[in-house]
Order: sequence, then structure tokens, then C-alpha cells
Amino acid sequence: MARRRLDLTFPPRQATKPITYHLVQDFHLVPNILRAQIQPGQQGRMLVEVTGKKEEIEAGVAFLEKEGLTVSAAASDIVLDEDRCVVCGLCTAVCKPGALTLGHERDTLAFEKDKCVYCEACVLACPRRAVTLTF
Amino acid sequence: MAKSWEEINARIAAGEAVVVTAEEFAEIAAAEGVKGAAKRVDVVTTGTFGPMCSSGVMLNFGHSDPPIKMGRIWLNDVPAYGGLAAVDTYLGVTEPSETKGLEYGGAHVIEDLIRGKRVHLRATSYGTDCYPRTEIDTWVGLEDLNQAYFFNPRNAYQNYAVAVNSSDQPIYTYLGPLLPRFGNGTFCSAGALSPLLNDPTYRTIGVGTRAFVAGAPGYVAWQGTQHNPNQNRDEHGVPTGPAGTIAVIADLKQASPEFFSAATMTRYGVSSFVGIGIPIPVLDEDLAAQLALTDADLSATIFDYGVARRSRPALGQVTYAQLHGGAITVAGKRVPVGPISSLAKARAIAAELKRWVSERRWKLTEPYELLPQPGTQSTKPLEIRSEEAI
Repeated sequence: MARRRLDLTFPPRQATKPITYHLVQDFHLVPNILRAQIQPGQQGRMLVEVTGKKEEIEAGVAFLEKEGLTVSAAASDIVLDEDRCVVCGLCTAVCKPGALTLGHERDTLAFEKDKCVYCEACVLACPRRAVTLTF
Repeated sequence: MAKSWEEINARIAAGEAVVVTAEEFAEIAAAEGVKGAAKRVDVVTTGTFGPMCSSGVMLNFGHSDPPIKMGRIWLNDVPAYGGLAAVDTYLGVTEPSETKGLEYGGAHVIEDLIRGKRVHLRATSYGTDCYPRTEIDTWVGLEDLNQAYFFNPRNAYQNYAVAVNSSDQPIYTYLGPLLPRFGNGTFCSAGALSPLLNDPTYRTIGVGTRAFVAGAPGYVAWQGTQHNPNQNRDEHGVPTGPAGTIAVIADLKQASPEFFSAATMTRYGVSSFVGIGIPIPVLDEDLAAQLALTDADLSATIFDYGVARRSRPALGQVTYAQLHGGAITVAGKRVPVGPISSLAKARAIAAELKRWVSERRWKLTEPYELLPQPGTQSTKPLEIRSEEAI
């Protein structure tokens, strides 16, 4: 079994097919939607982790592209540059899933990768530009 | 039981002074009572490390040959002020680069200088009989400059706002990104460690007070801009919103990159974290009672930054202990909150100052002049007037 994290961009006029259904039904993939923002008439975005056979993941990606979605490999990791970080804590204020938190004494920063949905809010918020995404 | 400045300085000189940080003092007061703590402790050190936009440096470049009267000046493409003498300038931290925009600004130039890097100096001039050169292009580092010193018109705000956003859109502010519909909140104060919250009526912090500025020994030069001693105060006499401020001066050549950090507040602008610390003498029990206040005693006011007006709606008060708990309640909703002021750095500054005073490297200075006291002045608004109306 393989696992891949996909960053899907939906065009404003999205294909009418329910794509997660087809990923499950036609390609036997297990999708785990990490983040999604899809509204009628607007460009949408979905971050999804799929688990399945390698060749079926590839076939599923080909299906998504055929449906007019842009598929890119999602950010694979959040990296904190500890030399630049001043532990101000602003990233914790924008981290909705609570992956970035301050310690009990409020002077250390902890990152729990399992909780991260790769929304990049911390990347944008960090005044020190100490948080980056690696691909 | 009162102690004089002279007595405390004599104890420092003799190596006998008991010096503790503001957090340690609160613990001592909780265990032994304020009276006991006031008797035992001589000096309490404070610290804060938050973005402070009203900061910058005075620089003197020395004269080239032939010399130039610099009119327009850039350092790493960041414009610096040319309206001083021939080779003097003031570089403010918020000035953005003309080539990199908000990702690099005056603050970043200053951080580069403190880190020992040379920066690209360009200047132009109309040329005069005594200063014939009209252009210059060179590289300068801190060691090349004659004088380089901070002159920060407003630092160490005594308390600040808690920012939230009631609107339907995310907004990007000097207090960071604020998510719509009260999606989050931010706050910016060192709370119980903050210098001016430990001396709420400016008894010991005034003009001439020696202050730790970005790792360098400096001084309080004047009241800071927007110094507002008339802010609302709580039952302890401590302001519950932005109140007193100080202008500080210090040698840039002695500053440390550990205590000065350039910042970009996304879609707002460039700023800088500045480390400020001031030791406070425990003169009497009244002052000790204020030094003993903890984050559970100190409050800040919640303001709705979703309303982009001078007077933003106030939505209640919360203590710093609640804020450090990570969530507050606003309009009946649980709102996760995070700080912008680094407690880790504030503690490091208070600890550094404690060491300096304990090692007799720092004597306390009684203010030559007190800051404007509560009841004396408030912050004035800017009214928009036409020429006819004046």
C-alpha cells in the first residue's frame, strides 16, 4: 500500500462528478480530506491524503486531471528554523488544528506533525519567516 | 520600611544586593508576603520583547573624498532619511525596501548590521561647492560607522490590546492575521514581566533611567510618543489598555542579534522585535505590591479590529493568565488566542539584567525628570481640517 498527499485545485466551473466517490469506487483509494474549500463559481482547493495501491493512485490522479483538476504534490513537511524563531507565539494564534502550541511555561514552541493540515497559515503569519514548507 | 536609591546602589556596589526577576519576586511575595519581599529584595528586573514599530537608528557614515552632502539615501535599497547634515541619517525600522517590498526593510538592515554584515550604501546629491560629489555607491558595516545608535521614539508599551475580528473576512494587522467571526485573537505584552506594568505610575522609570535596549546598555531619553498616563486603570492602579511609553537611546554597536529581530507582519508591514529591560528598585511596600502582581492580576482590553476606525469597539477585559491559557470568551464564543510578544526572550532579558546588576555592572539611576503622570495628559486625535477652518 502506498500513501500520497495531493493538493487539488478545482477550476471555477468544476466537473460535475463527485470526485472522492470515484476515487473510492473506481480506484479503491481511501481518501482522507485534510482541508477543503469549495464554493460554486469559485476556484476551489482540497488537500487530500490517499491510501491505496501505487498504480491505482496513479490512475486516480490521471482521472482527476482528466476531470480538469490541477493536481500537485502537497507540501510534505513544515520546517521551523530555530535560529530565526524568537518564540513569539503568533503561529499558535493562527493554527486552527492546534499543531503548533506553546509549552506550559509559554517559552517553548512545539509542533505536532500529526495534527498539521498543511494550511500554511503559520508560514504566512510568522513575522520572522522562520516557518517553511518542503515539498 | 523604605529604602533610598543610594542605599540600594551601595548594596549593589558592595555585591550585597538581592536581585530577582519580576516573576521570582511575585513568588517570594506569595510565600513571604509583600512586606517580607520588600524587606529582603533590593532590585527587581523586568523585560519585554515584542514588535515595536517606532524604532530606528541614527548613523554617521564619515566623509568620502571628494565629499558628498547626501540627499537621497538607500541602505540595501531601503530609503533612509536625508534631511540631516551631510553624512548623517535616520533609518526607521518600518521603511520597506524599494526592491523587496515588505519582506525586507529598515529593521532587516539594522539586524544585518548587528550581525556584522556590511550593507550597500547608495546616495545622491545635487552637489555643492563644499560637497561636490553627486553620487556614491559603497558598502558599510557597523565598525566603519562613526556613530550608530538606536533612537526609538516609542518602545515598551505599558499594556496593549487583545485583537479580535468580528467581520466576515480575514484581516492582516500589526497584531497579526485575525480570522473572521472571532476565529482567533492575538495579544502583545510581557504581562507581569513588562517594565512599565511593574511601575504603573512611573515612580522609578523616567528621563535618564538606564535601560537595556536590544542587548546594549542605554537610557530612557524622554516620554515615548502617544504616552497616555490617563488610560483606564484597575483597582491596583494598573492601566487596562495601551498607556505609558518610553523613548530610548542606546549604542547600536553594543546591540545583540539575540535581542533585536527584524519582523514582517504579513500584509501590514515591516517592524522589529526590540528587547527592553529595566531594573526597578524596591523602594517601599507600595512599589513592592505592584511588583508582586502576577498575570492573574493584570488585565487587557479586547478590541474588535474588524472595525477599521480610530475607536474600535471594546469587547471586555481578560487577564494575562487567561490569555496565556490559550483561549478566551468573546461575545459568548470560545476564541483561541496567541501572543506576539516573546515570553522566552522577556525572561532572558530579565535574567540577563539580573546578572548585570548582581555582577555590579549596572547601577540604578534615579530619573532626572518623571514621565508625565496620571492626570496630566491624554492622547490627542488628529482632526481633519480645511485651511479655511483654522
